[in-house]
Amino acid sequence: MDLDKLTNRSGEWLKGAGPESDIVISSRIRLARNLADYPFISRATELDRGEIEKTLWEALTATSEPGELFYLDVNKLDGLDRQLLVERQLISREHADSEGARGVAIDSGERTSLMINEEDHLRIQVMHSGLDLDKAWERINNIDDRLESKVTYAFDSRLGYLTACPTNVGTGMRVSVMLHLPALVITRQIERVFRSLHKISLAVRGLYGEGSQAMGDFYQISNQITLGSPEEELIKHIADVVPVLIDYERKARDFLMKEGHENLHDRVSRAFGILSTAQTISSEETMHLLSSVRMGIQLGLLTDVAMPTVNELFICTQPAHLQKISGVELDTADRNKARATLLRRYLSKNDGASSAENN
Amino acid sequence: MQCQECDKTATFHITELAGGKPQEVHLCEDHAREYLSNGQEDQPTAPTLAGVLAHQLAVGQTAEDLARLDQRTCPVCGISFYEFRNQGRFGCPHDYICFADELEPLLVNIHGETAHVGKCPQHSATDSAKQTELIRLRREMKDAVGEENYERASNLRDEIRRIEVEVSDKPQADGAAEEAAEEAAEEGEE
Repeated sequence: MDLDKLTNRSGEWLKGAGPESDIVISSRIRLARNLADYPFISRATELDRGEIEKTLWEALTATSEPGELFYLDVNKLDGLDRQLLVERQLISREHADSEGARGVAIDSGERTSLMINEEDHLRIQVMHSGLDLDKAWERINNIDDRLESKVTYAFDSRLGYLTACPTNVGTGMRVSVMLHLPALVITRQIERVFRSLHKISLAVRGLYGEGSQAMGDFYQISNQITLGSPEEELIKHIADVVPVLIDYERKARDFLMKEGHENLHDRVSRAFGILSTAQTISSEETMHLLSSVRMGIQLGLLTDVAMPTVNELFICTQPAHLQKISGVELDTADRNKARATLLRRYLSKNDGASSAENN
Repeated sequence: MQCQECDKTATFHITELAGGKPQEVHLCEDHAREYLSNGQEDQPTAPTLAGVLAHQLAVGQTAEDLARLDQRTCPVCGISFYEFRNQGRFGCPHDYICFADELEPLLVNIHGETAHVGKCPQHSATDSAKQTELIRLRREMKDAVGEENYERASNLRDEIRRIEVEVSDKPQADGAAEEAAEEAAEEGEE
């Protein structure tokens, strides 16, 4: 498995499958773990980092099927490949940008990624398409159990799993569900929804996590609290809220269809028009317009393009993917032209249909 | 230290972690309140680590108390409380014990709780003191090498190996005796 093969697939998180997948993009759980006999990353020497990486990769190899996981030495990858992994949500931006011995183990379905030497020694992540938290928990819990039979985690009987940052101590678990909420944005209800989520200790972030703006109307809802509640309860807290948000979004879409059908139809059609004819276009504008198109297809307002094509475009129009597909490094201006060319090719009627069939 | 916004003494020392690189801000009480409340408009009930720390340390502590606390270091990894405050990251698992008193109100602020409920490792470390000892010994060995005290470094290496063997026996206590024997044989060959 090499990175070039990843480029041409849409990845687990934008597959557009799974329960409630018209609104819920993905369900993700991550566990932060550290080895008991090494300092945390901020105090680890390069020698320590090397030993941590070796210990964890050996434990991973011993507890997984042969060929189940492939390992990428992030320290040796060039900037473009690291960015590609960030765009696919397989590593964090921090992991891509940091220095020293570090890596990531990924399964071929891109559902599991295990970051070594990120903020903690190990960050296990499991991502499923659609709303599927229980199965994601089952899978990650199992991986964690198997690993723990080979290594000794830093664990305190009172405080639980010990992490580099006290905001993760206890379960070390972050549960997040990514939602596509364009109608709540259009009807200006999104801010109010976020305020009420903050009141129940849930965090809202954009597509690429902390600090990133909500590109393409994608929002991640996650728990802030990691200490004092069992894992199942933290998951339930999120799982109880998501259906409410789905309901709000569906109601907002209904409202737009009934009260502003003409405007909505116009908005969606214009978005499709720009995407399929533009000669130069930025990543932000692409995401913004694809968001309208995605909703338009779901509401039956657009039939010229298939959903798998749109899902694929969300990922392959991002900067690193675009450059990988082009086979050369491009500056911003050239990327914008290459992006427009790619969009026209995907969205022109014949190619659009055949591309969708290929998925 | 003087407040960076006026002539008063800075009693709040805030480390902003949000923007990628940690950034230090030194403010008097009035400017700190203004600074912290500005940040909170975006996320009303999401306490930032820096905000919580600044608040917690400013209440009922004099500058001298704070200075003394800042200089305390963990005997295992050598991190000072000042460094923790600055980075918002601990240096090793032992810091949770070493700075337990300062940590408790911080945990209440972030999580509303101070004790873990939930999953525990099945092969939980019965003697985590040994793992902690390894962290300390490795650091001492590195220092010994740095000081070119090779005899001490060599003694420390032997001590580290001895403990490593002791602790590595434990996780395989679930019946993987064969595997352990194999590994032991491999080590013998080396």
